Amino acid sequence: MSTTARRSRLHRQEHLTALAFVALPVIGFLLFTLYPMLFSVYASFTNWNGLTAPVFSGFDNYIAMVQDPYFLESMYNTFFLMLGIPIGLVISLALALAMNRKMRGSTFFRTIYYVPVISSIAAVAILWQWAFNGDFGLINQILALVGIDGPNWLQDTATVKPALIIMAIWKGLGFSMLLYLAALQSVPRHLYEAAALDGAGAWKQFRHITVPMVRPVTFFLVVTSVIGGSQVFVEINIMTPTGGPEFSSATIVWYIWQKAFDNLQMGYASAMSIVLGLMVFLITFIQFRLNRRNQFSID
Amino acid sequence: MSSQRVLPSPPPLKPERNLPDRTSSRAASHTKTRTRPSNSERKHRLGNLIVTIVLSLGAVVMVAPLLWTFSTSLKTREGVFALPPQWIPDPFVWENYLRIWSAGPLLTGIQNSLIVACTVTIVGTLFSALAAFAFAKMRMPFKNVVFLSLLAALMVPFPTLMIPQFTMFASIGWVDTLLPLIVPFIFGNIIMIFFLRQYLNSVPDSIIEAARIDGASFLQIFFRLIFPIIKPAIAAQFILWFMAVWNDYLAPIIYLNSPEVQTLQLVIANFNAQYAIQTDYPLIMAASFVALLPVLIVFIVFQRQIIESIALTGSKG
Repeated sequence: MSTTARRSRLHRQEHLTALAFVALPVIGFLLFTLYPMLFSVYASFTNWNGLTAPVFSGFDNYIAMVQDPYFLESMYNTFFLMLGIPIGLVISLALALAMNRKMRGSTFFRTIYYVPVISSIAAVAILWQWAFNGDFGLINQILALVGIDGPNWLQDTATVKPALIIMAIWKGLGFSMLLYLAALQSVPRHLYEAAALDGAGAWKQFRHITVPMVRPVTFFLVVTSVIGGSQVFVEINIMTPTGGPEFSSATIVWYIWQKAFDNLQMGYASAMSIVLGLMVFLITFIQFRLNRRNQFSID
Repeated sequence: MSSQRVLPSPPPLKPERNLPDRTSSRAASHTKTRTRPSNSERKHRLGNLIVTIVLSLGAVVMVAPLLWTFSTSLKTREGVFALPPQWIPDPFVWENYLRIWSAGPLLTGIQNSLIVACTVTIVGTLFSALAAFAFAKMRMPFKNVVFLSLLAALMVPFPTLMIPQFTMFASIGWVDTLLPLIVPFIFGNIIMIFFLRQYLNSVPDSIIEAARIDGASFLQIFFRLIFPIIKPAIAAQFILWFMAVWNDYLAPIIYLNSPEVQTLQLVIANFNAQYAIQTDYPLIMAASFVALLPVLIVFIVFQRQIIESIALTGSKG
């Protein structure tokens, strides 16, 4: 009897201490995530300039959105820029396979390929803006060496998105390569040995052992890159400060930012930010479902 | 006092074991190749040579923009527009690296970035580690519900929160100060809590129970027992977080207008906008290069920890 009382007192003490330890992150969550999120939902149904009180306007913002060519264009641009994700994944898997060999200098290469990942996106955007300069940039000067007259990359609607994709691949390569490398190193060797005994060639081994074994990493990378890709902002803001030629490089976050903080249409911007939030949620959800199915098919 | 003694031997807790031991596997493969016929060894060496060449070409592509930046930063203003291009500056204008300090608030930018990044990461790491300890090792009602809701917050993109956050901070007059960049983050970082909690799962409960029986409080257990064990994990997460805060751009551009409060990333972006009009590219590139250097140095010094913890991120994710 007395021991249970003592234990429950100890438990209560432990509960309180644990509560104190987690209190700050929870308060931070309530104040800076939950409350702003709910407020965003509310603001999305209002006409609000951020200075005076929001005026309820029903679904007006959402209706305006689907009729807003700039919103649709920025959505299209955002998805277009994500085309770089599969390209980057293929290149980084190839690099990881190359580095997985036992040879000299792989640590050195790993470091070199990783440098863009840790570099600040602002500085990277500045130096690529300069590299893409139509007359004196690195890219066109190299193209000139082989006799190609390069375009004015960032001022041309046809090349601004490919230019941004190239930069994004360059910046992200090291990260996905590293994760793939870690995954490759944890694939048990005996799988390959058994497959080789069964007469499977290099391609078959790659297709039926390597690809399934690194699938969790591929999944992780796809989810994180899509979530990151839906929030591209810095390079647009720096490299094409006006949203690019004919709005052709404006992304959704760039447009939200412009509407909210330049045009003070905070209600409308909130509505777009809710759409972005739902999109991220949906993408994550779908990919988790797909991944679950994939794992079943491996078993 | 006995809490020191119950410390388990750290090796089984080290995350490095997730990565195969490089030296031993290399040694193993060495002995293996030696027993193989020389034909396959020659093939292996030829393969290595080809791979090295391909990787070297790739490495050139990776560093080219950085070298180009550095080369530009040492040119004269006219040298930038020389045709044929100057691959190596002629003459070397090291003076550009002196001009940047008076050409804009670069120094205050560095100071502001340091203030923000240090405050956020040092205070935030402490609170995150305490919370991770509670989530991993302590009894608490609704513990998993609380943890999962914190995790769910990770799915909410910052742009969805930035407008209400901005008006919140505007209403208490914090716009154009560093506080909105610091205060929301010192409450702890959910990613860090997540990884430290994972890490703590491999620490046996018995050592904490033993310390409890010896009469240690949870705070004592945390500082004497847990903290030393999770120090490597904290260090790695700390560096990653520091670099993320240091490199942040969206939040600073929303809150900061005056030159004296701008962080380094904003300062160089303004350099870029301002001096591109004057076609002073060497100045822009010198400032950008200086902005890249601190993180580059941190990366090179802590390379091993950073790379290992990133690799771990993937295998846990």
